[in-house]
Amino acid sequence: MTETGAAGSAGSGVVDDGYVPSRRRIERERYRRVRARRAVAIAALSTLVTGAVLVVAVVNSPGWPRTRETFFSPAYARIALPKVLEGLLLNLRLLVVCGAAVLVFGLLLAVARTLRGPVFFPLRALAAAYTDVFRGMPLIICLLMVVFGVPALRLQGVTTDPVVLGGAALVLTYSAYVAEVFRAGIESVHPSQRAAARSLGLTSGQALRFVVLPQAVRRVVPPLLNDLVSLQKDTGLVSIAGAVDAVYAAQIIAGKDFNYTPYVVAGLVFVALTIPMTRFTDWVTARMDRRRAQGGTV
Amino acid sequence: MHPSRRRVRLTVCATVVLLGTAVGCAPQDAAPGGTQAAGKRSCAPGKLATVTPGTVTVGTDEPAYPPWFNDDDPANGKGYESAVAYAVARELGYGKGAVRWRKVPFNSAFAPGAKAFDFDINQVSISASRRQAVAFSSGYYDVRQAVVALKGSKVAGAKSVADLKDVRWGAQVGTTSLDVVNDTIRPSRPAAVFQKNDLAKSALKNGQVDAILVDLPTAFSITSAELKDAVVVGQFAQRGPAEEQFGLVLDKESPLTGCVTAAVDALRRKGTLAALEKRWLADAVDVPVLK
Repeated sequence: MTETGAAGSAGSGVVDDGYVPSRRRIERERYRRVRARRAVAIAALSTLVTGAVLVVAVVNSPGWPRTRETFFSPAYARIALPKVLEGLLLNLRLLVVCGAAVLVFGLLLAVARTLRGPVFFPLRALAAAYTDVFRGMPLIICLLMVVFGVPALRLQGVTTDPVVLGGAALVLTYSAYVAEVFRAGIESVHPSQRAAARSLGLTSGQALRFVVLPQAVRRVVPPLLNDLVSLQKDTGLVSIAGAVDAVYAAQIIAGKDFNYTPYVVAGLVFVALTIPMTRFTDWVTARMDRRRAQGGTV
Repeated sequence: MHPSRRRVRLTVCATVVLLGTAVGCAPQDAAPGGTQAAGKRSCAPGKLATVTPGTVTVGTDEPAYPPWFNDDDPANGKGYESAVAYAVARELGYGKGAVRWRKVPFNSAFAPGAKAFDFDINQVSISASRRQAVAFSSGYYDVRQAVVALKGSKVAGAKSVADLKDVRWGAQVGTTSLDVVNDTIRPSRPAAVFQKNDLAKSALKNGQVDAILVDLPTAFSITSAELKDAVVVGQFAQRGPAEEQFGLVLDKESPLTGCVTAAVDALRRKGTLAALEKRWLADAVDVPVLK
């Protein structure tokens, strides 16, 4: 932005170009300010009233004392928080390891599906069959089959560790989702890009590596992060094999003492974990938009 | 009408409607009688204040495991808990035809709010902290915990609790077995926790855990029918009389608690419970006690 001319500083009464806002204009602006203030006041009041009504309705319900004791007991929250956080470590470890594996594996699948040429047909067909099967299969069934089925095979040298196996099942399922996201990105790059790259003498592989993929990946960052947030919550399902994650730690306490407060604690911990991730996603998207729209938007 | 005035009127109307719903959402008088001491009410046979008048609704989880239930069908009267439920109902003046079964998952048996059952029978151990959330009848079974391991494993030769420390343990969530593992055995590695005993059995079979802890009748049922190559290694001694007991679960405000407790006590006095135990639960005398 240049600082000459003070264009668009309406109503500021700058007189270097002899402009004086008319009485009618000043009146109009005053009127709009009043309207805006009133709108804010009414919105605030309406929110207050709604909130108050909800609070009154909940607190005065006949079952409230027992509900408070069962869901919002400070004593149980204190007991639960350290155990839930301990379990959360497992969620985070799984998220980091599986997240990285899923990105790599998903990208390989997507590339396999977009290879050209008849010689690659079996690879393409395999990748397509893989995504069809694992996107369609409920995650919990995939987990059960991997976690309890693989050790039953009694294979030498294959781990029976439930966390490793559960992580593998997560990677199997989520790679299928992420592969489709990547493929959508690859196919959204205009064919002229590839044509231009090939006409410059790049091989097919080089065109993919230097021209198509960089654009494709950049376009699908928001949906990828979306899948990552979803993976973060699904890591808890590994607990079906006996490993204790955050939600499961809560369930253990809840089942022992018949109190649901630990669940509420675990839920809040997950929300607190997801919010920074969501903000990060928004920030990445905004930054990409800024870079794409260099020179200003029209 | 002036637009701003209309908005004010709208706001007022909306507030009134909201308040109306808030007040309207508060029905449900507290249950009459509340927490009554036993014997205060008349337990007139067949005329109790049950959920559905004239019938007793009994809850249990699905699947229903042997030896507590047979063939996953609680209504056939076979299996210890099924038999006990019918005996309690008879004691309250309800015949076999007046007993309805309902599927009640473990986690919803202790949810606050109105219950869909009169009492729940699901191997629930009585404890002081659980009494904060539900009401229990008196105990209908004295629980002993038992160790199950594969034949020939290092756990199979265990003689004392000390031999069980360096072992990969498994137990079901929400059970006292899990508490015994964590508080009495205190294994060097954190125990694996399973949603259902079925999953714990699979993990034992696969060698993902070395031993699982279950109550003694379940242990016998596992080793006799489902896992032929597993053994009951030993049982934990009961330190005092009735240190741990299964009780029937009732709503905390249930008016029936006193009557149901009286019924269970009567069955114990008459020897009915002992007879049913003999009939449905394997004899546990030959299981060594872990020191």
